[in-house]
Amino acid sequence: MTAEYVNYATGEPVVDTKAPSGPVDERWDKRRFEAKLVNPANRRKHTVIVVGTGLAGGSAGATLAEQGYHVVQFCYQDSPRRAHSIAAQGGINAAKNYRNDGDSVHRLFYDTVKGGDFRARESNVHRLAQISVEIIDQCVAQGVPFAREYGGLLDTRSFGGVQVSRTFYARGQTGQQLLLGAYQALSRQIAAGNVEMHPRTEMLDLIVIDGRARGIVARDLITGRIDTYFADAVVLASGGYGNVFYLSTNAMNSNATAVWRAHRRGALFANPCFTQIHPTCIPRTGDHQSKLTLMSESLRNDGRIWVPKAKGDTRPAHQIPEDERDYYLERIYPSFGNLVPRDIASRAAKNVCDEGRGVGPGGQGVYLDFADAIKRMGRKAVEAKYGNLFDMYQRITDEDPYEVPMRIYPAVHYTMGGLWVDYDLQTTVPGLFAIGEANFSDHGANRLGASALMQGLADGYFVLPATINDYLARHPHSEPVEVEHPLVQEVLAETEDRLNLLLAVDGDRTPDSFHREVGELMWEFCGMARTDSGLRKALERIPQIREEFWRRIKVPGTGEEFNQSLEKANRIVDYLELAELMCLDALHRNESCGGHFREESQTPDGEAARRDEEFSYAAAWEFTGTGSAPVLHKEDLVFEYVHPTQRSYA
Amino acid sequence: MARTVWDSSVGKKTVMAVSGLIMLLYLVAHMIGNLKIYFGAVEFNEYGHWLRTVGEPFMHYEWTLWLIRVVLVVAVVAHAVSAYQLSRRDIRARPSKYVNKKRRASYATRTMRWGGIILGLFIVWHVLDLTTGTVHPGGFQEGHPYQNVVDTFSTWYGNVIYIVAMLALGLHIRHGFWSAAQTLGAGSRTRDRALKTVAGVLALLLTAGFIAVPVGVMTGVVS
Amino acid sequence: MRLTLRVWRQRNADADGAMSTYEVDDISPDMSFLEMLDTLNESLILRGEDPVAFDHDCREGICGACSLVINGDAHGPERTTTCQLHMRSFSDGDTIDVEPWRASAFPVVKDLVVDRSAFDRIIQAGGYITAPTGAAPEAHATAVPKRDADFAFEHAECIGCGACVAACPNGAAMLFTSAKVNHLNVLPQGAPERETRVLDMVEQMDEEGFGGCTLTGECATACPKGIPLVSITNMNKEWLRAVRKSGR
Repeated sequence: MTAEYVNYATGEPVVDTKAPSGPVDERWDKRRFEAKLVNPANRRKHTVIVVGTGLAGGSAGATLAEQGYHVVQFCYQDSPRRAHSIAAQGGINAAKNYRNDGDSVHRLFYDTVKGGDFRARESNVHRLAQISVEIIDQCVAQGVPFAREYGGLLDTRSFGGVQVSRTFYARGQTGQQLLLGAYQALSRQIAAGNVEMHPRTEMLDLIVIDGRARGIVARDLITGRIDTYFADAVVLASGGYGNVFYLSTNAMNSNATAVWRAHRRGALFANPCFTQIHPTCIPRTGDHQSKLTLMSESLRNDGRIWVPKAKGDTRPAHQIPEDERDYYLERIYPSFGNLVPRDIASRAAKNVCDEGRGVGPGGQGVYLDFADAIKRMGRKAVEAKYGNLFDMYQRITDEDPYEVPMRIYPAVHYTMGGLWVDYDLQTTVPGLFAIGEANFSDHGANRLGASALMQGLADGYFVLPATINDYLARHPHSEPVEVEHPLVQEVLAETEDRLNLLLAVDGDRTPDSFHREVGELMWEFCGMARTDSGLRKALERIPQIREEFWRRIKVPGTGEEFNQSLEKANRIVDYLELAELMCLDALHRNESCGGHFREESQTPDGEAARRDEEFSYAAAWEFTGTGSAPVLHKEDLVFEYVHPTQRSYA
Repeated sequence: MARTVWDSSVGKKTVMAVSGLIMLLYLVAHMIGNLKIYFGAVEFNEYGHWLRTVGEPFMHYEWTLWLIRVVLVVAVVAHAVSAYQLSRRDIRARPSKYVNKKRRASYATRTMRWGGIILGLFIVWHVLDLTTGTVHPGGFQEGHPYQNVVDTFSTWYGNVIYIVAMLALGLHIRHGFWSAAQTLGAGSRTRDRALKTVAGVLALLLTAGFIAVPVGVMTGVVS
Repeated sequence: MRLTLRVWRQRNADADGAMSTYEVDDISPDMSFLEMLDTLNESLILRGEDPVAFDHDCREGICGACSLVINGDAHGPERTTTCQLHMRSFSDGDTIDVEPWRASAFPVVKDLVVDRSAFDRIIQAGGYITAPTGAAPEAHATAVPKRDADFAFEHAECIGCGACVAACPNGAAMLFTSAKVNHLNVLPQGAPERETRVLDMVEQMDEEGFGGCTLTGECATACPKGIPLVSITNMNKEWLRAVRKSGR
């Protein structure tokens, strides 16, 4: 470990100057009123770059174009319809209170702040809860086929352990349906000529001129051509960075390059260690595993989680008698049982596996057993409720969950951290905005189920289109950027050099081998449970891997063609830096909160113990150079409405 | 509207469906009429004469018949031209074949194009044989269809051409009728089985009914 | 497992392609088909050869990126996406042919990667409901009968992978187009654009150079999401209705 890296300096606090004061439920109105507007006739003179076409990017691109801005949009996929939002299964929360079950904007706000373990900003979360209502209206108008009841009204279900039924869904494919809604709205704008869409084009760097984000450098993945694109503002909607762990439920090509390059160009990165580990994923089957598949959390409503009481018990499940099974969640958390929050369920699974009681190949799994549910409800009812999930499980594992218990294990699922943004979703680089999973703003240290879709769409449809006006109105006459500008040439050259170097090393290790190595390291030391010594070990190892990477990487082919190895290798370059920052953030935050569990900070019964007096802030890091200590800027969190309490699920 | 229909692949399929159904309707009547041959020369020839006087006195002699002929020619031409143009489009849309080829569609489905060509050629021969008499074996007698039919089916090639064509017709109708229903939007999940059954029955009845004539001649029942 | 792979290799859109043969060893039946290709690619890279390019992303059967014709079947022998196909569907010693989607509207980009942007353009032609952000009425203002909502959902499930086109002997995109037309046209929200939607989408579909439908049913057999053939029938009905109503 480079000692300097750990000895970070603490800089000036970072302050959200855009969040209005006053009653929390009036702040959004107030901000919208105070924000300057751009005359509709002038909007087409402004170009906005949007990177990513998921729920946040797709909805933002469509809405900005509807407002009259000229949008230039990018995605690495062959079509904007394939962004990974499409894989979200469960649903989307909204405080509609259609059930008359006591839900309200305030309750959704309260649940989200509490669920985030008091590490999110109250103003932002309240706005999210307010907007949730409009999202449903918007999506229904677009033709999103939400589940409906026989009376023709929208159906909702309760999700993620909350006590109200506020989750709207479209079978197990809510993300897909919402994304297609946004994609279709975006398609309409593409056809109208208001959005210039660049699929299979990946952002590789950010262009900052005179302190303002003015464009990006991007590579056409088919021809390999590296080009510059200029704009009056840049919006990053490039998603999370869970793929640092190699194995995650993210799509194979989801990556952190856009946000990391923005970070390198001056945008602060907040709370990078806040990652969410989802408890119900299908365990890995071997070294060949390329990604992990999530099984909907709803399975925990009826399935019972257990492992054998004895270590190293390799008998098949049905041969283990009832009194030799440990239904550990029901034992440790008698009142919540199998329905404890995601982070608790995940950690408990890790603990029993670490004890050597895990099941399946490698002992990395626990049983999720439906035998009792089938006995109680009948096979038909279980089939009606979970049929498609059981089919998916069977297809992947070749085991019939009606006959043998499912095996599950936690997997990295979502990253709450991201680029630091103010109330306007603007980063610390003026003119650079971050929306959706790419920012850090709304989920604190832990995200509630069915809230990711809500945030992505809130940011894209409603928040950004309102707040970006203010920025553009304040910079009405941007000097056009010329490609000959020395700063542009510099960024361009850096990008080209990086890719050329990757191709030139011609070593003896594949990109994947490095990705896997850093991923395993992160999973072990910066995964479900983190310790001071483990994180220091990781911080020592990462620079070594980085050094080895630049010595031994092998990327075949050239840069002037479709080259998937080059794409991969270039993303790993950024993971190898981001991983380091994640570990440092985890090391510095010597408390447990939400998805971040420090073994040193737990209650006597093994629960996460927050340390509000010391850590009630968002940690926003400033880049100072590869491998050199970043500067920490704290944003103090103030809780006027929801008062921090220690979570208890026992 | 006509332009929209003709320019669209879906529209052109509609043209094929409608013209196909017109021809199918005609074939049903034609087949029933043909079976009169089993009731002797007098009845059959009278039926042939009646065809020319249908609609009198409102219609002049042979007007109705010509009207039917015109409709049929339009249907055949529309069907054939649409089929040709659609096939060209289909082949252009899939220029390179898979190295590993699999065939899953039914025989009737796969033979629509070749079957159509066979039927087209057959119609030409059939008209030249029994309407104009141009290629008729033996002396063609206007107004004596019974004898003309017997002459044709007394040659081996007459039987072969006719029976092969009628088998192709059966296959063509089996897929074509069901397909036309889908093209016209008449199919549905619940109606699918019924439509397939009707298509099969129609194909079988028409093939059997038409082939009954050469079989009758060959077996000496008709002479 | 030990397998022989015959894979379509094509350097770029303009180059000629051909099948190349590769041997892979130590294949676990638990691997997905794409993980098996990952294994092949790892060894190709180390040997200094160009790895096989193929589209893939979510690897959980929903993004629609993966697109291989395996032994003549779009997405292989199981009714699922390529990423959800596992090697247990094959036997030790098998020879497996891997080809790209073939259709002139889907030109090959490289190896097994094709350009499916024609699908995007079909959607752009009318596969949406015009509902600018902010203009939406209260979600419960219009009730949608459950039957219609379910019908819409079944068609909205389409993942746009293009297996229907790949499987169709005519390279037709009727199933894809009909899925979107049916999804939006059955909903009350989609009614104002019901006629223009189907007419414009079909027109764009033709313009892209897709073939016509001969109702062979191959598309519905290959569809990993089970969009039924009758979907096309419904679209035909919608199209004829639109021609009548719009007088276009």
